[in-house]
Amino acid sequence: MNTLLQVENLKTYFRTYRGIVKAVDNVSFYVNDKEIIGLVGESGCGKSVTMLSVMQLIPTPPGKIVGGKVIFEGQDLLQYKAKGDQMSSIRGGKIAMVFQEPMTSLNPVLTICRQLTETLERHLSMDTHAARIRAIELLKLVGIPAAENRIDAYPHQFSGGMRQRVMIAMALSCNPRIIIADEPTTAVDVTTQAQLLELMKEMVDRYNTSLVIVTHNLGVVAQYAQRIYVMYAGHIVESGLSDDIFENPRHPYTISLLKCVPRLDETIEKRKLIPIKGLPPKLIDMPEYCPFLPRCAYKIEKCKTGPVSVLREVGNQHYISCFVDSQEKI
Amino acid sequence: MTIEQNDSVVQVKNLKMYFTITRGLLRRKVGEIKAVDDVSFIIRKNETLGLVGESGCGKTTAGRCILRLYTPTAGSIIFLGHDISTVPEHQIRPLRSHIGVIFQDPYSSLNPRHSAGTIAGRPLIIHQMVNNKREYDGRVAELFKLVGLDPSMMDRVPHEFSGGQRQRLSIARALACSPSLVICDEPISALDVSIQAQIINLLEELQERLGLAYLFIAHDLAVVQHISDRVAVMYLGRIVEISNSRELYKNPLHPYTKALLSAIPIPNPRIERTRHRIILKGEVPSPANPPGGCHFHPRCVLATSECAQVNPPLRDVGNGHEVACTRV
Repeated sequence: MNTLLQVENLKTYFRTYRGIVKAVDNVSFYVNDKEIIGLVGESGCGKSVTMLSVMQLIPTPPGKIVGGKVIFEGQDLLQYKAKGDQMSSIRGGKIAMVFQEPMTSLNPVLTICRQLTETLERHLSMDTHAARIRAIELLKLVGIPAAENRIDAYPHQFSGGMRQRVMIAMALSCNPRIIIADEPTTAVDVTTQAQLLELMKEMVDRYNTSLVIVTHNLGVVAQYAQRIYVMYAGHIVESGLSDDIFENPRHPYTISLLKCVPRLDETIEKRKLIPIKGLPPKLIDMPEYCPFLPRCAYKIEKCKTGPVSVLREVGNQHYISCFVDSQEKI
Repeated sequence: MTIEQNDSVVQVKNLKMYFTITRGLLRRKVGEIKAVDDVSFIIRKNETLGLVGESGCGKTTAGRCILRLYTPTAGSIIFLGHDISTVPEHQIRPLRSHIGVIFQDPYSSLNPRHSAGTIAGRPLIIHQMVNNKREYDGRVAELFKLVGLDPSMMDRVPHEFSGGQRQRLSIARALACSPSLVICDEPISALDVSIQAQIINLLEELQERLGLAYLFIAHDLAVVQHISDRVAVMYLGRIVEISNSRELYKNPLHPYTKALLSAIPIPNPRIERTRHRIILKGEVPSPANPPGGCHFHPRCVLATSECAQVNPPLRDVGNGHEVACTRV
């Protein structure tokens, strides 16, 4: 399997009046060909900023990518200008993105047709007529009934789930190598979520696309992702194969996170949830050495004496950034 | 049954809440949205009833009817022995001191210009529960401690609190008048995953300590299953299944409940791979124009021609497990 996208030591900082916010700090990950990976973390942990940095969509100022490499098909994307032609042809063409809020990511004053054909005309140089035919095809593909009639509708005439299907159609339109789905199902109901996840899985299988699912819901990635990265306060704290992350988590944060969510398959009657103490740190005022230290239930003396190493290997493709090697099973 | 009814805190019978759709200058009535259509349930002392369903199924409306934020179209709500569905507008206020409410969004449900102490203590003044300043201060401090907030934070305003702390403040406000029933309308869905557990545990502790009854409205079945004693599943304004929460999870009968349960992801890849996921076709129909007969029949795998004709009533299948489906 060859690596399609490799992100190395990515750092994205935001300058504010109160200081520098290290939203993404030394994040490295890779995506292989035809692979589905999950990036999991709570809100504000920097998962969306990581993906926006890959696409160079960070508003500058105040944000700035201050270091690292984003290597895609042998080229470092960070060498390209954010608004330059090279980056524009990759964005939407080779790497596509599905955003969280289909309400706000579709333009309310343009028809669905216009929004779909724009991408096709820009990246594939199709003429208006051909683009329209292709757009109808795409809508049918993502399961929009009566696509011929609905293509001229405006986004507000679509339900949340349908809008997200349009977003998926838009992402697929130029046969991208990678689709980045940033919280694709957060704004929709569970039954719609199941429909959308199934649709995305089917699409990436059919078109041999890689998929990056960014989410705060551990359950969403459990079924589909092959590998998972867990992010906390701007850092990747654990990465590994999906089975290992869920059945043999090694970083205290991952362990605690899995213990504090109620599960449908709970076997013990009325299990008491074990919450994580305290709050996630403010990125402007990070704890010394380890971001999770103040909330960690497994901390040892060594944690307070020096910075935690970068990710270290604890198993087959399994990495954690922690001194403690808790083998505790859940 | 009579003994059971005696310890009921609230008993909702055949509740209906219809909203009329009007059009034009004269506001002609052109249709009706049956947000809650013939819903009945009982919540007993010390018990949590979970109300689940997708957005737009009428679960929040049902909660608001109990609070009498809406006047129900039909049906009765018997709260501590009195029917409150017909109480005239000017007599509602004393009633509300017995029912607390926690809203979904702790960012918009707290007045940003009021101090935390004022927010939590306001119900005490409105309902004249305290006689003097000292009593008021004492009670507010007590409420703060009850929900795990430091009383020294009383003078701060909501934006200085984190999401979890704000929700604790909402809980303090809901409990100010020592209610018998608390309506929790999606109390944790706006919170971070690691904070949700804190609030769930707090709600459970408070219930144990104060003997509260909860109506827990949420869309997250895993959370509802965890906190509730009984769960009612709603679809387009009707309860389609109601049961003890263990039983509902182990043995769901209604095809919609089955689909809903199977749609919830479990954070374990091994279990996920072997699970059979039921993907429902299409979308929830508009409540303004629901399908005839059983509302679920156009999306149901078991549906027959009969299902399009008759609306199946809830029937008991044993152990208080009731289901509204003729095919199971």
